[in-house]
Amino acid sequence: MNFFENFRIALRALTANKLRSGLTMLGIIIGVAAVVALMAVGKGATSGITSQVEGLGTNVITVSTARFFREAGSTTQTLFYADYETIEEEVGSLAKTTPYFQIQASVVNGDRQADYSVTGVTSNFASVNAYTVSRGRFITQQDNLGEARVAVIGSQTSQDLFAGLNPLGRDIQINGISFSVVGVLASKGTSGFSSQDDVVLIPLETGYSRLFGGRAFSGGRRTLSGITLSALDAEQVDSIIAKVEYTLRREHSLTLRDDLGFSVTSQSQMLSTLSSITGTLTALLGAIAAISLLVGGIGIMNITLVSVRERTREIGLRKAVGARRNIILAQFLVETLTLSILGGLLGTLLGVTIAWVVSLSGLIAATVTVDTVLLAFSSAALVGLFFGIYPAYQAAGLRPIEALRYE
Amino acid sequence: MIEVENLKKIYRLGDSKVRALDGVSLQIQDGEMVAIVGPSGSGKSTLMAILGCLDTPTKGTYRMDGQAMEKLSDNQLAMIRSRKIGFVFQQFNLLPRTSALENVMLPLSYNGVKGKTRQEKAQSALEIVGLSDRSRHHPNQLSGGEQQRVAIARALVNEPSLLLADEPTGNLDTHTGADIIRIFQNLNRERGQTVVYVTHDSFIARHTNRIIKIEDGKIVGDEKVENPIEAGMPRLDDVLAPAHRDEGKAGQVL
Ligand SMILES: Nc1ncnc2c1ncn2[C@@H]1O[C@H](COP(=O)(O)OP(=O)(O)O)[C@@H](O)[C@H]1O
Ligand SMILES: [Mg+2]
Repeated sequence: MNFFENFRIALRALTANKLRSGLTMLGIIIGVAAVVALMAVGKGATSGITSQVEGLGTNVITVSTARFFREAGSTTQTLFYADYETIEEEVGSLAKTTPYFQIQASVVNGDRQADYSVTGVTSNFASVNAYTVSRGRFITQQDNLGEARVAVIGSQTSQDLFAGLNPLGRDIQINGISFSVVGVLASKGTSGFSSQDDVVLIPLETGYSRLFGGRAFSGGRRTLSGITLSALDAEQVDSIIAKVEYTLRREHSLTLRDDLGFSVTSQSQMLSTLSSITGTLTALLGAIAAISLLVGGIGIMNITLVSVRERTREIGLRKAVGARRNIILAQFLVETLTLSILGGLLGTLLGVTIAWVVSLSGLIAATVTVDTVLLAFSSAALVGLFFGIYPAYQAAGLRPIEALRYE
Repeated sequence: MIEVENLKKIYRLGDSKVRALDGVSLQIQDGEMVAIVGPSGSGKSTLMAILGCLDTPTKGTYRMDGQAMEKLSDNQLAMIRSRKIGFVFQQFNLLPRTSALENVMLPLSYNGVKGKTRQEKAQSALEIVGLSDRSRHHPNQLSGGEQQRVAIARALVNEPSLLLADEPTGNLDTHTGADIIRIFQNLNRERGQTVVYVTHDSFIARHTNRIIKIEDGKIVGDEKVENPIEAGMPRLDDVLAPAHRDEGKAGQVL
């Protein structure tokens, strides 16, 4: 008996019991598809988030009083406008610097109202943060000097408040104070978890005198929410961070032992924090996928074990009419291999299709990689193989009369 | 020729022992037609399984054409089953969802018979049992008698020297059973086929040339039949109460 002979017998046995074959294969298909799709979504989410953060520019350094992660017992310092001026003096030749103060405020246009982060900025805010103006102009030095009541709004804000109408020259009320819209920013897309397009920008000086009120002052001195720096040379980012930290310690009379009380972070540090988060996410999805594979495996096991009674008597009969043990094992090997490979292929196809549909929906660009396909494929095939072969191996070891009497 | 010496088969169930065969010795020559009879539980099936190399004895020797069976390996026994023995079961034991022809081809595929020859041999085996027009039927599309005839064709297809049948008519009505016995008689007379079958029905037993009686795992009688009954002859109770004829219990596929 050669291989093709055995292959024919196996195929005959498979097609003779289509329901059993179909159910076994379904287990493999679901397991493989789940792994492929879930891993693709995980990988897609990871690379999506990191590429967006990278899109912000790796040269950007943020100084703020708010910390990304606050350690217990850490102290918070107040960031003064004067700190900005000192930092500008110290590192102004290495980086563009821009101060800002941010509040949450209600913004109204006619009967449309929403809460926004309203940020007081200076004229170089746009270039440091890589914003471009799509219509009108940005906030100028004159706006700040004259404490002009003008505003530049993000593309999403424009959409929300003006519903496609031209907002230029129109007035909006910020906490009841009228500002004239002079510019609209081009869309930047979402960064990580927050949109950068639903912003409202006003001149910093106008904010201090008219909008921010007492919370923008500490001991009579003007304070800031943060300072953004954009290094002229990416190589200089680390030394700029060191200089900024040194300056802040000096200005706030902090020794090296004291907690700095500010966060000075570069985009690349943020990136590594984020990728550790998304790494956890991918691992989590992988775990879910592994569970699906396990459930699929148990499905395979179930259907194979349930059919073992029928198969044991079939094996007894085959032995009774002259089949050797190895021939029977080979038949079952070919049967399960055929099911596993076919199921694996169909499962991969299904998984790739799911990933594709997810990508089409625009949520996440799911990416299918070869190693996940191989992982899913091989583990499903191994499960199928083991649970297909093991009962057959046992049955084939029985004397024909025992196998025939099996109940 | 088969020779059996002091054959014992002992089943252990917990502490108790069941002596299913308790010292059986017998010889059957080529070309004989033998019936084995005895009450239920007397060890008939156990003996048949050992004669058919489907089971091994606890003690004793079994020689077929001079060859000692108890010395053979698992694979060698498979070879003997394939080349020398045809076995017919009370429950037919056909593969379900598989055509009659394919069921008959099964032993051929394990005996190295290839493609076209295999089909031809299987087809002519079906012809012998009168079922050449049912070759495409699946077991569930055949009557009990037809299923048993397919099983006989399967047993015959490798041209075995020994045809064994354990209660081949046990699941069939008397009329259908007679058809089965007729096939055995024809095979024995026209081809010199050695046939051994088990029955608990003494009327069916008297269709052979020799009746071996078993009780409690021992041979208690071994006699020649002077005038074997021709298959198809009415039995006495049939003549008296023909309406009582059983229409046959359902057969069983695997
Ligand atoms: N697998 C087994 N395990 C234990 N006892 C068995 C087994 N097979 C048969 N027996 C016992 O052996 C005896 C003979 O059984 P069997 O050969 O089937 O009888 P028969 O076919 O004459 O009715 C019975 O008492 C039965 O209970
Ligand atoms: Mg019996």
